[in-house]
Amino acid sequence: MSDANVVVTGLGTTSPLGGNVADTWAAALAGTPGAATLEHDWVERYELPVRFAAEVAVEPAEVLSVPETRRMDRSAQLAMIAAREAWADAGTPEVDGLRLGVVIGTGLGGLWTLMNAWDTLKERGPRRVLPLTVPMLMPNSSAAYVSIELGAKAGTHATVSACASGAEAIAYAKEMIATGRADVVVAGGTEACIHALPIAAFARMQALSTRNDSPETASRPYDETRDGFVLGEGAGVVVLEREEYARARGARVHGRIAGAGLSSDAGDIAAPDSAGQARAMRDALTDAGLTPQDVVHANAHATSTPAGDIGEAEAIHSVLGDVVVSGTKSMTGHLLGGAGALETIFTVLALRDRVAPPTINLTTPDPRLPVDVATAPRPLPEGDIAALNNSFGFGGHNVSLLVTTA
Amino acid sequence: MAFTEQEILAGLAEIVNEETGLPADSVELDKSFTDDLDIDSLSMMTIVTQAEDKFGVTIPDDEVKNLVTVGDAVSFIAGAQA
Repeated sequence: MSDANVVVTGLGTTSPLGGNVADTWAAALAGTPGAATLEHDWVERYELPVRFAAEVAVEPAEVLSVPETRRMDRSAQLAMIAAREAWADAGTPEVDGLRLGVVIGTGLGGLWTLMNAWDTLKERGPRRVLPLTVPMLMPNSSAAYVSIELGAKAGTHATVSACASGAEAIAYAKEMIATGRADVVVAGGTEACIHALPIAAFARMQALSTRNDSPETASRPYDETRDGFVLGEGAGVVVLEREEYARARGARVHGRIAGAGLSSDAGDIAAPDSAGQARAMRDALTDAGLTPQDVVHANAHATSTPAGDIGEAEAIHSVLGDVVVSGTKSMTGHLLGGAGALETIFTVLALRDRVAPPTINLTTPDPRLPVDVATAPRPLPEGDIAALNNSFGFGGHNVSLLVTTA
Repeated sequence: MAFTEQEILAGLAEIVNEETGLPADSVELDKSFTDDLDIDSLSMMTIVTQAEDKFGVTIPDDEVKNLVTVGDAVSFIAGAQA
């Protein structure tokens, strides 16, 4: 069962563009910005230098029961919503729990739970701290809750590699299937940290855009005037299956995860390194047994930071040559641990629907930009085609996933 | 201001509903928290904390194990009110 082909049979998300895959994908193809001014009282109270973000389009409390919202951190709530959609989209496979795995990554985990519990402790004392605080804040909480929901007993894992977490989860899930540990794996990433503390901290790094007067144009990958990323939140989850298993049960196949490449920079804790990124991309190609000529599209990490975008674009150009590049964070903002999973969904849909999503706000391209960036939906060719999805994280984590048509 | 036993029962039912999703009208005086309502010890601790806030009483941790039924909790809270 080793070297099994891994297919994608289910997709789920709740994102700044929509509460499900259909709405999110339609909004992405329409070039809809997901960022807006934050209306919370804490923005004023802490005099935050950045006063906007890309919050989820549908509040989880509108979808979940009251006990679910009380027992799960916001990040796990988003993961659960995405996982339920993905599972239903896969046709609720009647798989033996011992052959079903879950891998859901996150960058910061249950940040809201941690911060609220700390506030409670300081203001009201230890007896008022919720008994479920630790199980809610731990970074494996989302994966654990989803495994309980689905009865997954082949292994439940949480990849933690900052903004590469969601993509690393899918790479790990692919490996679980390829090595025979599972027939079906529910995999993805989640993040919910639009909270004063991370905003203050990211702002001190000068990592965030400060376009407070124009949130909808703040995330502008590759634009000469880009000034940082826009904090987003949300989750993306996919259902992966061993191809023979999926075919045998008559599942509809959206696409396949043909290869994964993972590398680490062992350099700076925060600065990206295009050499490490290029290694991950080459490894993904090798893993898939494909050549650069097979790849027609790349969903770039492209966070809209001055330092990151061009280095990655150069790496893409050096490895793949001419491909149509999309920077979907221009619309969704940066979902951190959720980003790689949502962007894998975009990559699968781009190949399935033969259209690369647009990169909005790219009005003055950086003169150093070496690749062809789609600023409007761009048709992709017929036939068997492949696309790359890049995700990189603080800590020097580089993950590239090679997606192909069904 | 003291709460009546009726008000305490209604308040507890609301807390249990929010914590567990059980219908409020299933929270009756003779129901056991563990055997009938399937409330585990962590949820019980949360319910106790919520009840302390709602009724302005203190329910010592040592006392919680004695609150077997909803009626036990209602009686304890009623008695603990200043």
